[in-house]
Amino acid sequence: MIIRFCINGRDTELDVRGDERAVDILRERLGLTGTKEGCGTGECGACAILVDGRARLSCLTLAAQLDGRDLTTIEGLGSPEAPHPLQQSFAERGAVQCGFCTPGMVVAAADLLARDPHPGREAIREALSGNLCRCTGYSRILDAVHKVDER
Amino acid sequence: MQHEPYDIGPARPRLDALAKACGAELFSADSYPPGLLWAGARRCGVPHGILRGVDAAAARALPGVHAVLTREDVPGSNRQGIVHKDMPVLCGTRVRHCGDPVALVVAESRDILRQALALVRVDIEPLPVLADIDAALAPDAPLIHEADGSNVLLAAEIRKGDAEEALAQCDVVLEETFFTPSQAHAFLETENGLACLDEDGVLHLTVSTQAPFRDRFEIGHALGLAPWKIRVHSPFLGGGFGGKDGATVQCLLALAALRLPGRTIKMWWDREESFLAGYKRHAARMHYRLGAMHDGTLKSVVCRLWYDSGAYAHLGGEIMELGMEHAAGPYRVEHMDCRGLCVYTNNPVAGAFRGFGVAQVSLAFEGMMDRLAGRLGRDPLDLRRQNALRRGDRNCAGVTLTSSVGLDECLRRVRDHELWTTRHTWKKAAPPFTRRGVGIAAVFNGMGYGRGLADNAIAKIELTPDGRFVIYSGVPDMGQGNASTFAQIAGEMLCQDAGRLEVVQPDTERAHPSGSASAGRTTYTFGQALIKACELMTAKLVRRAALALMIDEPGGITLVPGAVRHLPTGKELPLAAMGAMLPRDDRVCVAEYLMPVSREVPDTGRDFPLGFPHLIFPFAAHLVRVEVDELTGLVRVCDYLAATDGGRVLNPQNFHQQIEGAVAQGLGFALMEGFGTENARITTPDLSTYLIPTSLDFPDTQSVAVETLEHSGPFGMKGVGEVGLNGPLPAVASALSDALGARIDRAPVTPAMILELLASRGAQA
Ligand code: FES
Ligand code: FES
Repeated sequence: MIIRFCINGRDTELDVRGDERAVDILRERLGLTGTKEGCGTGECGACAILVDGRARLSCLTLAAQLDGRDLTTIEGLGSPEAPHPLQQSFAERGAVQCGFCTPGMVVAAADLLARDPHPGREAIREALSGNLCRCTGYSRILDAVHKVDER
Repeated sequence: MQHEPYDIGPARPRLDALAKACGAELFSADSYPPGLLWAGARRCGVPHGILRGVDAAAARALPGVHAVLTREDVPGSNRQGIVHKDMPVLCGTRVRHCGDPVALVVAESRDILRQALALVRVDIEPLPVLADIDAALAPDAPLIHEADGSNVLLAAEIRKGDAEEALAQCDVVLEETFFTPSQAHAFLETENGLACLDEDGVLHLTVSTQAPFRDRFEIGHALGLAPWKIRVHSPFLGGGFGGKDGATVQCLLALAALRLPGRTIKMWWDREESFLAGYKRHAARMHYRLGAMHDGTLKSVVCRLWYDSGAYAHLGGEIMELGMEHAAGPYRVEHMDCRGLCVYTNNPVAGAFRGFGVAQVSLAFEGMMDRLAGRLGRDPLDLRRQNALRRGDRNCAGVTLTSSVGLDECLRRVRDHELWTTRHTWKKAAPPFTRRGVGIAAVFNGMGYGRGLADNAIAKIELTPDGRFVIYSGVPDMGQGNASTFAQIAGEMLCQDAGRLEVVQPDTERAHPSGSASAGRTTYTFGQALIKACELMTAKLVRRAALALMIDEPGGITLVPGAVRHLPTGKELPLAAMGAMLPRDDRVCVAEYLMPVSREVPDTGRDFPLGFPHLIFPFAAHLVRVEVDELTGLVRVCDYLAATDGGRVLNPQNFHQQIEGAVAQGLGFALMEGFGTENARITTPDLSTYLIPTSLDFPDTQSVAVETLEHSGPFGMKGVGEVGLNGPLPAVASALSDALGARIDRAPVTPAMILELLASRGAQA
């Protein structure tokens, strides 16, 4: 079936099968490998993307469900040359170790900030509790989100 | 600011962080070259059995299937293993754990692969399942590896003095048995890679691996190939922690690539396959007797250790060895008799994991110290300080500590910290139906490979024609940040800013063999080699600049960001000019470093030809405050403090990252993570049954650096990747004992266990 959506500001049209997952078309067909897969079953958050501004797990989303949506992936938030403030803050505050969880974390944090521009540390803990990180112990991730406006 | 040298000392953002935060860094999992084929292994699904046959006909007949390979298709020895080569690439006659692969399928797409794997039929005659150490040691137990004549992978001992005799002379003798569970690494990027055989017969692999250079030899041995016809590239890893040190996807990928020349093959284990077939921490049982004098002096430790190796060896012997070498803790103990058995079972394969054998014994020796403090009515911290190893002491394996030892200072930092000084009032303020406890632990973790296995690295640095420096790393970065630290070391040595430094991730064709990313050795060993390479580079550039600037003697020439400057005249030559002027051969410097080993020859440990003893140890003292809900048994970790002696700190940000991350994994080990098996079948196949810490579970760790000077290390550092993992379990056990008045002898400590302890008489406070 043909689906149409806007991804990172670009209108896109794709022919997809009914059983294809969103994470696979992003990574394999659109080359957007910043979205990671850590479990495939909705437990780690590494595959999070923004669908109409809200964080969604692309491993549990069918490609067909993207039809008509506005999508932002980690690449759409910013690039090393022009990073999003969250990406900058993660990098500067030591919130990145292996970095495999990071795109999903940043996406989940962007969703949170869109709803609550100045969240407290506890609210950040809550909002990121669906995103697993095995490297950091989380505290620098919480700092990166909490202090995103401070330079 | 732009030209500020990227030097050591300050907390600096890692050079890899921004690209990762933007999703721009390419991990090995992120590669999908056009026309790739997908490979997958058919796992046997039976813990123990005779493999009577594999029927691949239906799978082969499926359109889109390119190959279905079985044991007969494997050229070479078919045996993998780092030291002990006992693990088949594909099983032929016998299966030894549920994750054993019996067939390899290569297909056009993942969907077809999945269907084809389900069509491979296996005929297995079940054998009795050896689900734990005791079953495997029973006299009538079947042999898991028939050729070995026993299910014991290694029986070993480390002795010092006469421990039994000394025990008889002690005022106090305590006895206890401890248990630690299997633990999964649960890195976010599961095992994966790609392989392709090119027209020249060179096999190219890109793998999420901690040991690309060793992989070449493992693949070569298993498949009968010349190692130099194999090229392995390891991009940044999405986590490793020891679980990607050794064969995962490598030989299977190579086998598929040999069968289908010119095609790129990709293999990526899903989470369940990673849990089923990946390595685990060894479950252990540890029986201890500790003897001490009334004044608190430790005299003697007699201990028996059993480590469950699972179906294959991996580094089981070496891992148990490190546990044994640390068995009596970071203390002066005159006498030790430690015997260990590393035993094959039908459980998932155990292997390297941060804390490498030491995480287990840390619960035991610290548990014994707490019991001793209780018996003697001593302050537990004070008792540890009294016995703490100091420089010049012999450790429990008989090795004189000639290297830096900051343990007492770590303990002092904890003693003076308000989390410790206010502990009594804090405990008294416990809300209704809760109990509070404060625990401490002193730990250490030998660094490097140890004697018998040269721990060396060869660093290569190149000045590019445009005036930048490229460092060819020989050791992977699994997330710990060594790549960025290499840039920092070069930045320091060559006085260059971050923009002029680039680190190329290991590629066996471009870098030099430098060992594995493991054992807390990565930055230490490669860093020293890199310092030497930078010294060669500086000397060379100074001499070449003297020629170009027409200066008679090179004195007074120095490197500054982007240029070489002659101080007496102020003349400068841009690095770009030098890079453009010099031929490639003249722009490259290579140097190597070999980690020192103990010069002593302890009259023990003969069962360990490789990796015994160690000479350099990072130390740490941890403190934890916990609150227990009497009604639910839930444990809340309220505060955590870690004081760590890792020598000089090169970059505080990286240093604290390592400690915080290790503490989180250690708290998981203490309170949440028991990798489950029932009759050797896994019961925790995913992240909803195998729970690892989330952002809600634990408080921020307060990490304090105790900066000793490790003379042998780069700028005085020693590796801290492992030691942080060893503290949380004993510290939590200590705090829970304090809260409940009951002894903790096993992990993970679950709410059910707490309720049981509360209900038992011993816990009536
Ligand atoms: S990959 Fe989607 S939640 Fe883990
Ligand atoms: S940084 Fe490695 S999983 Fe989060």
